[in-house]
Parts: sequence; structure tokens; C-alpha cells
Amino acid sequence: MAFFIEVLTGGLLAGLMYTLVAIGFVLIYKASGVFNFAQGSMVLFAALTFVSIVERGVHSAAAFAITLVTMLVLGALIERVVLRPLVNRPPITLFMATLGLSFVIEGLAQTLWGAQVHGLELGIEDVPLDVLGVSLSKFDMFASGVAAALVLVLGLLFTRTRLGLSLRAVADDQLAALAVGIDLQWIWGVVWAVAGAVGLVTGLLWGARVGVQFSLSLIVLKALPVLIIGGFNSIMGTIVGGLIVGGSEKLAEVYLGQLVGGGIENWFPYVLALVFLLWRPTGLFGTASIERL
Amino acid sequence: MSYHDVAGLSPSHAADSRVLPLRADRVALALLILVAYAVLPFVGNDYVFSAILVPFLVLSLAGLGLNLLTGYAGQLSLGSAAFMAVGAFGAYNCMLRNPGLPLFLSFALAGLFAAAVGVLFGLPSLRIKGFYLIVSTLAAQFFVQWLLTRVSWFSNDNASGVITAPPLLVLGHDFSSPVGRYLLSLTVTLGLTWLARNLVHSQTGRRFMAVRDMDTAAAVLGIPILRTKLLAFAISSFYCGVAGALWAFAYLGTVEPHGFDLKRSFQVLFIIIIGGLGSVSGAFLGAAFIVLLPVAMDNVAVRFFAGVIDPGHLENAQKLLFGSLIIFLLIKEPQGLARLFQRLKERVRAWPLEP
Repeated sequence: MAFFIEVLTGGLLAGLMYTLVAIGFVLIYKASGVFNFAQGSMVLFAALTFVSIVERGVHSAAAFAITLVTMLVLGALIERVVLRPLVNRPPITLFMATLGLSFVIEGLAQTLWGAQVHGLELGIEDVPLDVLGVSLSKFDMFASGVAAALVLVLGLLFTRTRLGLSLRAVADDQLAALAVGIDLQWIWGVVWAVAGAVGLVTGLLWGARVGVQFSLSLIVLKALPVLIIGGFNSIMGTIVGGLIVGGSEKLAEVYLGQLVGGGIENWFPYVLALVFLLWRPTGLFGTASIERL
Repeated sequence: MSYHDVAGLSPSHAADSRVLPLRADRVALALLILVAYAVLPFVGNDYVFSAILVPFLVLSLAGLGLNLLTGYAGQLSLGSAAFMAVGAFGAYNCMLRNPGLPLFLSFALAGLFAAAVGVLFGLPSLRIKGFYLIVSTLAAQFFVQWLLTRVSWFSNDNASGVITAPPLLVLGHDFSSPVGRYLLSLTVTLGLTWLARNLVHSQTGRRFMAVRDMDTAAAVLGIPILRTKLLAFAISSFYCGVAGALWAFAYLGTVEPHGFDLKRSFQVLFIIIIGGLGSVSGAFLGAAFIVLLPVAMDNVAVRFFAGVIDPGHLENAQKLLFGSLIIFLLIKEPQGLARLFQRLKERVRAWPLEP
């Protein structure tokens, strides 16, 4: 039983790492209805930029500031070059544009900083902590704290501020939002910049975990089931989705994986997400769409 | 060759519903097929056949399959490579376990296996819509790849899951040479393209498009949504399955499940984005582009920048170019190269009456 709890809590904490990635998606989806496949490459770009600057002898606080500004500029640039000409196009077109965007950002990141693997040290020791008889990774605890804080801040932003209200209006109907005088370009620029900043935080935590390398951009695929279980437009959903995916993934790998030969963590979250979708087609917390003729 | 006709109007319904309404198109296509069968096999060399023409034809076929599903029926799929893998391993096992089975029959069976898997993963499409559907096709992508690697029965207990194509015998003739494999791919691709072109002009094709444009409205009109969507998944997966079998047998010769990873699915998706969603010729234009661009870039790099650009940089440059091009096309011409080609034709037809 102790082993079961240890596996479960380890999985739950790892799941919150997925939540970090999923937040970036939800942010953009909520504000523009775009499913942003490029979020993973933004994470890679941010982490690679930060590490490369630090390796050139810049203090890490300064490097963080520089990278943050870079990500904000990148976000604004994406709005100007890619999204603005695509206003009011079908969502599938926007999705494919972000696919192209992910190629551009990956190519750009590796052209600028090279393709070798970098280590990243955040100064948080990854030592096991003993909490109520269960040993937990200190690093994972820290990362979950960051994820929870981000969810809280962004949740408040969306529900309690005027900016959040306009973001939701834009997501609901771009044309209607324009008609009531919401500055669409400003809103999108802000959201993509914030998503870039979230990408930076994600990139630092994930980079410290698995090393800064190309495979960092593939965490999109880990975040997708989280996103789908939680619902595309629910920030709270990313936490719940992350916990469900992380916990069940580890349990399945440990208990079910033995039976079928292991390596199931690649597809298990997707099958799980599929089951959840059959029960609730827009995820646990996603808004159900009303279909009209 | 003239594209002139009477204001684009047809004298009868039969003439109006022809697969290729313009006579000039029919002539051009016939000439193209003639060249492909009677001229190319004699003038091409092995490099052209096995590195350009065969992958072009096979990827066109896969693109066509995905276009039926995504471009015509509107169901986004990121699992094309999984269905290709099912086709490749299906054809391999058919021929392995039934010695003497005709090649084309094993291709057809491979397509049917892929269609069955496609229907299975297409089942959620009735309840799940839009982007949520990619979870289903991605589940197919990861699950199939895992299953083929994990269960060694599929690769005849090969340690690394690699399968090797048997000799390609059709009616006693060996098609294993580069020219033979080209002719084989050409025949299969042309046959299936002809079927697809007819399909999209039929009632089924129109149902696909009605579901794509708005499935609630289509349901109100009395179109059976579930059956139409599943049919789209089945046909699309059949095409991908046959393409996968050709990819393994005619193009590579030996493949492993890893050769059908998510990257391949994206490649097929890019083919139809670049070529044109919802068009048969788009799959061919897109595939030509995707096959030729890396070749062209390699040549340019070798000829002009030898020693300056290393392969790593070239790969990044390719990514940058591809990505930018996709964004550019989506902004400027969302219907892809096929639409550009069509516009060109229209201008030729109108010339010299309109500028």
C-alpha cells in the first residue's frame, strides 16, 4: 500500500508538470480559439535561449529578464505576422498555421543556438523529502507549487479583470468582439506574449528536469491529453487533467505495463482521454458548444 | 492546346457531371499518363525512379487518402502514418502466411485491415468534434506503433521489428527493379486516384462535403452522419493502408514501425495543406513539392555552399523554409497549389478576352 501511494503521489506531481505546458495552450485557446501546436516549440525556444545566454557568462537573473523580453517580443511578432492576416478564418486553418509556426520556431531556435543538449541548474536540489511517510521529490514539489500559482493567477485574470472579460469575448466571437470595440490585435498580442512567458517558466522547469534539447518541444504531446481531459478552455481543468493523467499514467505503467510488456506511457493517456471524451465530449470543464443552424 | 469552350456551360447533365469536364484536361491527362508509362521508363535512371518518382507516387496516394478524410469530410487526422503502418505490416503478413497470394490481392487486404482500424478509431467522431478528435487519431498513431513494436508476431519475430519486402511478383513477372517498382506504384496510384476522383463526384462525395461544411445541417437534410463519417474514415484509411504497403514494398524494401511515426503523419498532412485541401490534384502537387524541395535544397547546398553549410544547418533551414511556406500559403492561398494551378488554367481559358 505504501508503494501504491508513493507511485500515485509521484505520478500526481509529475502530472502537474504537464499542467504547466497545458496552461500555455488554454491561455491561447481561451483568448483566440486557436489550438496552438507551437506551444512546445516556444517552450524549447525559451529554455534554449535562457541556457545559451547563461552559458555566455550572463547572470541568471539578467538572462531570465532578457529571455522574458525575447518571448514577449516573439509573441507580439507572431500576432503581427501570422495571426493578424488570418482573422476570422476557420479554426482548422489557424491550427495548421501554428503547425507551420512550430517548424519555424524550432528551426530558428536551433539555427541560433545549435542542437546540442544543455544541462540546466535552477538551484533547487532534487532530494527526496519525507512527507507523512511518503518520500516526494523536492523539485517536483516546487514545480507543482509554480503550476498551482500560475493557475491561480491566470484564473483570477480571466474571471476578475476587464482584460479577462475581453479575452473571453474574443474567444466567443471575434467579429462580435470587434463590433463592440475590443482591440483584437492588442488582445492577441498580449495573450501570445503571456503564453510566451508561461513557456519560459515551463521551459526552465522541464529543462532542469530532462535537459534542454530538441525533445523538449515534444512535451506538447504529453500536454495534449491533459488539455483534452480538462477541457480546452478551462484553466482549472489543466490542474485536474494533469493530476488525472499523471497519476493514472504512473499507476498504469507500474501495474498494467508489466502485463503487456511496458512502454505504454506513450499511448495510455490518449486512450484515457478518449474514454473521458466519450463521456464528456468537451472535457471535464470545457464549455459545451451549442449547435445552431 | 486550347481551353476554350462555350462559356463553361455544358449542353447536358451527363456532360456536366463528367469527372473531367474539360476536353483539354482529358487530353492533357491522357498525354501525362502516356508519358508516365511509355516515355519515363526508358529515359529515367535508377536514382530518379527510386528516390523521386516512387516516393512521390506513394506520398500522393497517402495524401489523397488523408484529403478524402480531412479535405472532403472535414475530420482532422494526425494518424495517417499509423494506418500506413497497418497497411505495410498487413500486406507483409498476408504474403508471409499465404505463400502464393497475388501481390495486388495482398495490397487490397492490407487496405482493408487499415480500413478496419480506421473505422475503429473513427468511431468516436460521432460524439467528439473539432480539435478534440485529434486525440482519437493520435491514440491510433501511438497505439499502433507501440503494438507493432511490442508484439513480435507482426514482424515474424524479428528482434527489432523490421520487415523486409518479398519479391514483387505480378503474374510471374518480377517488378523488383527500380523501373518495375515505379510502374507498380504508378499503376496502383493511378487506379485508386481514378476511383477517388469518381467518389468525390458521387453522392458519397457530396455527403462528405455536407458533413464537412456543417454536420448539424447535414443531419437535418437526412444525411446519415455516423455512416458518412465512418465511411470517410474507412476509405481514407484504405488509401493510407495501400500507400503504406507500397511505401514498405516498393519504396524502402525494409521498414520498421518507427518509420511510420508522427513525423510521417505530419508529412502527409503538410502535403494536403500545401497541395490544397479538398482537391484530388492537390495531393499530387503537394507530394511533388514535399519530395522535390529537400532534393532541390540539397543540390543548391552542395553546388553553391559546399563546405559552408553542414547538414544540421541545412535541416534547420529546411524547417524554417517549410514552416514559413505553410504560413504564407495559408495566408495567401488557403486552398493551396491546386487553386493556384486552377487560377492559371482559368486565365488561359479566358485569354485573350480578359487580361
